[in-house]
Amino acid sequence: MAFEPKIIGFLCNWCSYTGADLAGVSRIKSAPNVRIIRTMCSGRVDPAFILKAFQLGADGVIVMGCHLGDCHYQEGNYKTIRRLPFLRRLVKGFGIDPRRLRLEWVSASEGDKFALLVNEMTEEIRSLGPLKLSVHHEIQQPVAHH
Amino acid sequence: MVTINIDGKSVEVLEETTILKAAEQAGVWIPTMCHSEHLEPYGVCRLCSVEVVRGKRSRIVTACNFPVRGGMTIHTNSKKVQWLRQVIMELMLSRWPRVRVVKEMAERLAVKEPRFPSLERDEAEDACILCGMCVNMCNDVVKAGVLGFAHSGIKREVVLPFDERSDSCIVCGACAHVCPTGHIKVILEDYRGKKPEFTLGPKTPIYVPTLQAVPRVPVIDAESCIHFETGGCEICAKVCEPNAIDYSMQDEIVEIEVGQVLVSTGFDLFDASAMAQYGYGRLDNVYSSLEFESILNSTGPTGGKIVMKSGKEPKAVGIIHCIGSRDTNHHAYCSRVCCMYALKFAHLVRDRTDAAIYQFYIDMRAFGKGYEEFYNRLLDEGVTMIRGKAAEVVEGCWQGNGEPSLKIRCEDTLIGKFREVPVDMVVLCNAIEPRRDSDAVRRLFSISKSPDGFFLERHPKLDPTSTATEGVFIAGCAQGPKDIPDTVAQAGSAAARILSVIAKGEVEIEPVRAMVQEEYCSGCKICNNLCPYIAIEFLEEKKVSHVNEALCKGCGTCVAACPSSAMTGHGFTDAQILAELDGLMI
Repeated sequence: MAFEPKIIGFLCNWCSYTGADLAGVSRIKSAPNVRIIRTMCSGRVDPAFILKAFQLGADGVIVMGCHLGDCHYQEGNYKTIRRLPFLRRLVKGFGIDPRRLRLEWVSASEGDKFALLVNEMTEEIRSLGPLKLSVHHEIQQPVAHH
Repeated sequence: MVTINIDGKSVEVLEETTILKAAEQAGVWIPTMCHSEHLEPYGVCRLCSVEVVRGKRSRIVTACNFPVRGGMTIHTNSKKVQWLRQVIMELMLSRWPRVRVVKEMAERLAVKEPRFPSLERDEAEDACILCGMCVNMCNDVVKAGVLGFAHSGIKREVVLPFDERSDSCIVCGACAHVCPTGHIKVILEDYRGKKPEFTLGPKTPIYVPTLQAVPRVPVIDAESCIHFETGGCEICAKVCEPNAIDYSMQDEIVEIEVGQVLVSTGFDLFDASAMAQYGYGRLDNVYSSLEFESILNSTGPTGGKIVMKSGKEPKAVGIIHCIGSRDTNHHAYCSRVCCMYALKFAHLVRDRTDAAIYQFYIDMRAFGKGYEEFYNRLLDEGVTMIRGKAAEVVEGCWQGNGEPSLKIRCEDTLIGKFREVPVDMVVLCNAIEPRRDSDAVRRLFSISKSPDGFFLERHPKLDPTSTATEGVFIAGCAQGPKDIPDTVAQAGSAAARILSVIAKGEVEIEPVRAMVQEEYCSGCKICNNLCPYIAIEFLEEKKVSHVNEALCKGCGTCVAACPSSAMTGHGFTDAQILAELDGLMI
């Protein structure tokens, strides 16, 4: 059977989730591989959720939030934009290709963008293949500072 | 008060009044050619010369700038005065025999041929007669100081500095207004760099915004008012009897605390010059719908008369629907109101002129109460309906009167033929589009927009007036194109929603809130600074953080950040989300 990526999508309630809803209402076709978890704000996405998703066997994680400046909670997505780069470096340390973790902005009116991103991500993960986590992956010891 | 005698009439006037004003009060006419009530007396034309007798002495003075004294006797028509006026008038005639105001004055003073040789230098009928009123207006009243005299004697002339277009000139037009011969003309290329929303004629700096304005009082546009540029003029303050004009007023920002907001910021009109094929802004007599509405308005620039730029009535009017609407290059949506106002335009044009009317439509959408009936009535009134969107508007020749005119090219889809329709005037039905600044307004209230750019309602069917932000409501064209009845209905519904909350006296809040489990809280204060609503406070005595549930909006940013998992978000707890994750991975 061909490889079907499992992708977890964390979508903020006000923009991206509404955008995904719009994609559905507008009958825009998109890959069924992204499994969506709704949070009130992309700022609610605890880094632990992302790591847990990879641990449970997700091949990719996509976090979607409102465009910068559009956040329903004023600045939640700024918190997200600062967390994600750290997290990418962290997953790299676990041997996970950082391309498997994406952060995107989708507004409530961008149903087409949502569908496009989902298709894009699915194709990218498909080309990367299934995620293989080595349980006893060696973690580089931090260099001692003087 | 002093008593003086003018031509045998005894009058009582204020001290220091000029003889000219006193004579006016006495009903005695004194000719003058360089006097204006807005200007200080200048006494350059000398035509107002009168004879003043005090005791045994008599002398000739200019009436415009000579103040009266008690017991003065003034002769305005004595032999000496008549002789003097004759000479002055003859001198003027010898210099400006063709200028209308000079000829009129000469006729009035019964002066025919000048005895002097012709000194004519400017043969124009509106030649400058060197009265100096423009110079005084510019320097004393407007205080722009642009105009001045150059040379002397017969070479004297009014000039701009270095005879070039001056940067100091603010094109106020006061000099042209006061010029008695019409020698000065103001060319309104672009009215002082300002473009009012609908430019169909220059606006004065002081005006009543609209006749329906509340309160209906004039406003001064400080950007174009002369007073705010030079400190001069103040003519409006001088003529205002109740002294209502206050130049010291400033714009002020007033902060009002409110609990709920109704955003009804309206729409912008699609700029039809983006569709060059219709010639808007390029061809004369092509109007946008709002401009035509203003032409139809009885208080508008034409007083409600439907006329072309030439001032003549059009013989044929073309109305083109869907400019920028139902067009994937611009706005895919239907602007909803255009079909009906286009029919109204046709009805009014039919009512006020004998012009033939052509409507170019894609589909007729007469969807409201009584609308279809109005459409049928228009068909009976003899409006030609052409089904097919006009392709372009080009310059053509209307054969009726030989004047250059316009031609609309289109495909008539009902007869399957291309047509060229000659018209004199074209009215475009521009799309309704979101306001230019709608994104800024949207961010201010944290509301979303739908794909068409209008504000997004909470639910298109079940909740069309409220938004995703509690306490913020939307109504009218800010939410989407709609006509007046729909706007009124939506605004009424929004107002009722707002009043219901006020009447209740308390606000229901969503159950999604953050909460601190105090036994786990280590008091690190990380969450304190993350909260955009300042809902988290630190309890010093307990050394733990605490969430004020009335302020918290439930975004969960603090929950994600808490290093000891002491913060939980109702409805979105870690356990719930992890369980979701578990379920999704099957």
